[in-house]
Amino acid sequence: MGSYIPSTREERLEMLKTVGVSDYRDLYRDVPQEMYLDRPLNIPEGKSELEVSRTVRAMAEKNRVFPTVLRGAGAYDHYIPSIVRYIPTKEEFLTAYTPYQAEMSQGILQSIFEYQTMICELTGMDISNASVYDGATAAAEAAAMCRDRKRRVTIISGAANPDTINTVRTYCYGTGDELRIVPVKDGKTDLAALKELLTADVASVYIQQPNFYGLFEDADAIGEAVHEAGAMYVMGCNPIALGIMKTPRECGADVAVGEGQPLGMPLSFGGPYLGFMATLQKHMRKLPGRIVGETTDTKGERCYVLTLQAREQHIRREKASSNICSNQALCALTAGCYMAAMGPAGLAEAAKQSMSKAHYLAALLTAIEGVTLRYSGEYFHEFVTEMPKIPEVLEALEADGILGGLPVEGGILWCATEKISKAELDRAAAIVKEVLSK
Amino acid sequence: MKLIFEKSVPGRGAAVLPACDVPEVQLSAALRREKAPLLPEMSETDMSRHYTELNKRVHGVNCGFYPLGSCTMKYNPRIDEEMAALPGFTGVHPLAPAHTTEGCREVLKTAGELLCEITGMDGMTFQPAAGAHGEFTGVLLIKQYHEARGDLKRTKIIVPDSAHGTNPATAAMCGFQIVNIPSAPNGCVDLEALKAVLGEDTAGLMLTNPNTVGIFDENILEITRLVHEAGGLCYYDGANLNAVMGVVRPGDMGFDCIHLNLHKTFATPHGGGGPGSGAVGCKAHLAEFLPRSAMMDEEGHIQVRSFAGNFLVVVKAMTYILTLGREGIPEAAQNAVLNANYLQAKIKGTFTPAFDRICMHEFVLDLSKFKKETGVSAMDVAKTLIDNGMHPPTMYFPLIVHEALMLEPTETESRDTLDWAADVFRKLYDLAHTDPDYMHASPHHAQIGRPDEVKASRNPVLRWNPEA
Repeated sequence: MGSYIPSTREERLEMLKTVGVSDYRDLYRDVPQEMYLDRPLNIPEGKSELEVSRTVRAMAEKNRVFPTVLRGAGAYDHYIPSIVRYIPTKEEFLTAYTPYQAEMSQGILQSIFEYQTMICELTGMDISNASVYDGATAAAEAAAMCRDRKRRVTIISGAANPDTINTVRTYCYGTGDELRIVPVKDGKTDLAALKELLTADVASVYIQQPNFYGLFEDADAIGEAVHEAGAMYVMGCNPIALGIMKTPRECGADVAVGEGQPLGMPLSFGGPYLGFMATLQKHMRKLPGRIVGETTDTKGERCYVLTLQAREQHIRREKASSNICSNQALCALTAGCYMAAMGPAGLAEAAKQSMSKAHYLAALLTAIEGVTLRYSGEYFHEFVTEMPKIPEVLEALEADGILGGLPVEGGILWCATEKISKAELDRAAAIVKEVLSK
Repeated sequence: MKLIFEKSVPGRGAAVLPACDVPEVQLSAALRREKAPLLPEMSETDMSRHYTELNKRVHGVNCGFYPLGSCTMKYNPRIDEEMAALPGFTGVHPLAPAHTTEGCREVLKTAGELLCEITGMDGMTFQPAAGAHGEFTGVLLIKQYHEARGDLKRTKIIVPDSAHGTNPATAAMCGFQIVNIPSAPNGCVDLEALKAVLGEDTAGLMLTNPNTVGIFDENILEITRLVHEAGGLCYYDGANLNAVMGVVRPGDMGFDCIHLNLHKTFATPHGGGGPGSGAVGCKAHLAEFLPRSAMMDEEGHIQVRSFAGNFLVVVKAMTYILTLGREGIPEAAQNAVLNANYLQAKIKGTFTPAFDRICMHEFVLDLSKFKKETGVSAMDVAKTLIDNGMHPPTMYFPLIVHEALMLEPTETESRDTLDWAADVFRKLYDLAHTDPDYMHASPHHAQIGRPDEVKASRNPVLRWNPEA
């Protein structure tokens, strides 16, 4: 049996004596006998490290890891520089708690301050929080932060990721506030329909850029309509695309959020990831979550602390609009490392190559008889094709170590990143062609 | 130390990506950003040294004693990290076909079954990413339950005033009115106060047991019975489960749903504030209301995060539980309680425990009399502990004890460490009587002196500014 308790049997007996109790049961004297568990737990016996290692490795081996991933839809397989994988495994970063004690947590606080700065640079916004759980909750937190007494309704584009829509729906269900979903037209947010929905009680509108189908929304025009109606404009952005794409600030957004996973986090069956969240100066005191600020210490030296905590649940209790009191610190550290390792040029290169490879793949696929693009709009690194024999195509790709695109609404949503080589794309297209020519 | 931006040199960088091997495609002009983000430009050496320097300015559980009450800062086993880093887990796309992700699904199923047995629950979700997130999920189960029964008059959630601040915030996020009830002096539920507020409008009660002062509420069966009789449900805040796992189960105490902090009780690291996992368990009558992912599972359910939550954290917790097993789980709880009582006994005679009795996995010191005598506050003591290489206990919580310091040593500390800690506390107790000014000015040897928090809040500087 494995155990991480250092005290020996003799030590424990002496300690019990020091405490003045006869045995462990006596320590639990407040626990009524009728509920005291008088049987062993019905779980396996403890194991040695080697045995556990075998058991868990056997589970990992039951998964299939695809060398080539052409599937995104919210989780993206980008190349992660080696140093980005290594730094967050350092034990101090890994095992520390939330940096409440600034005097012994400057390393974490500074790493978050640097992360906040990078997110501001990436999004063009003024201030960023220390991160939230993921992109979907960032969207939900943004909706909550935009509500006030008069404006309670949240609008979300139907072209956003379904997990994001469903999460925002759940948070709205919690507070009992209305959610309206904008219909999709030609793969994009239907602007005319949105305008119909923009009544005087709308608090915020969320769009995803590029959207779930990979298409670029007309973010400026949407922003104008939203602001005309007096509502707040929230944009959920792909952080890699932001290496080259017009920033939410430039599009007129009030709040910029997004799924931070592409910034150095592996796919990991969905988590841990992180949500980034940034806003304008004027909304500073509404921004939920942890925030790190710069100050000076007793010697006048620059240092960092958790700040603006009067916004938080432990002070506002039942008046709080969010209960979040942690961040994804280690993921924020990872994202910071990733952005530092890539630099502005590297990030732009990852974005350009992802986009170029997706377009190359689309060109190869649409050259095949029977394959067409579903939408005509400009896209980033994802696109939807129409084709026959979808299950057969995906099966044939799988047999060759390629995770094909995701079946959505009768088509396939493909994704390519800088990690995929031309040879892999050629190979994938050849397999699709072969299946369809049968 | 310098910020990473202050070490950046234009033109530096690491060669990470090869040249593009397909025809390059440009964004149309209207979609391009005006200028590049001002991200650092670093060589790999610069980066490695920068983050090593930062890492030296962090106190982790691996550095030393970390008795932060309510946070269960136990040792984080390395094998758990190694298992979570297996490419067979990290390389799996959450939307890959089910027959290629059997291992991941087995992890979720196994961890769910283990935790259901440990807590006495019937269903478990790993979607919530943190404790507060789990609370939100759990209270939404209660909301759905009443609604599904057409019982729409239940609009109130009862929260004792000793509760974690997240409890009332959570209830508000779920659209409930909060009814605060006063605790008995020992932090336990005042049965009369509870009876007085129970009624047809009661949706549920949120409770931590052992409570926030480290005492097991011996009336717990009576409490959950009263709530159920009134038609409400009982929510268990699992923050303090480390005291009782394998010894007594929340399900057997009468709770309907719970959240667990895998990053506390089940030894997964806190990572400086996350990622954690706020798994939520429930009895069978609530299982149909558990969250699902629209992408991975199906529409029509609540959802609190994308996909299946912080999956790798679940791998770590499962590895931990499999290692400890049926004997090791209760043994960990028993020794967490033993260590807390031992440290309390060793400190007694100097600082005063708020409750002079056997505690659970943590105990609270009440420094109000000490402060009157010496002028030295709980904060001063905490900051002087830093100079002694110890992470301070939780300060000024729970709110029902004044000048509180809350200590939770956990089971992974040796008797030697506890003896050393008690010595440090005794030393500071004496120092406060001889040189209080020294303690007011602490820390003296830390990374920094006390930060000016008022300045940080009044003139917020929340990012590096190149012009400054």
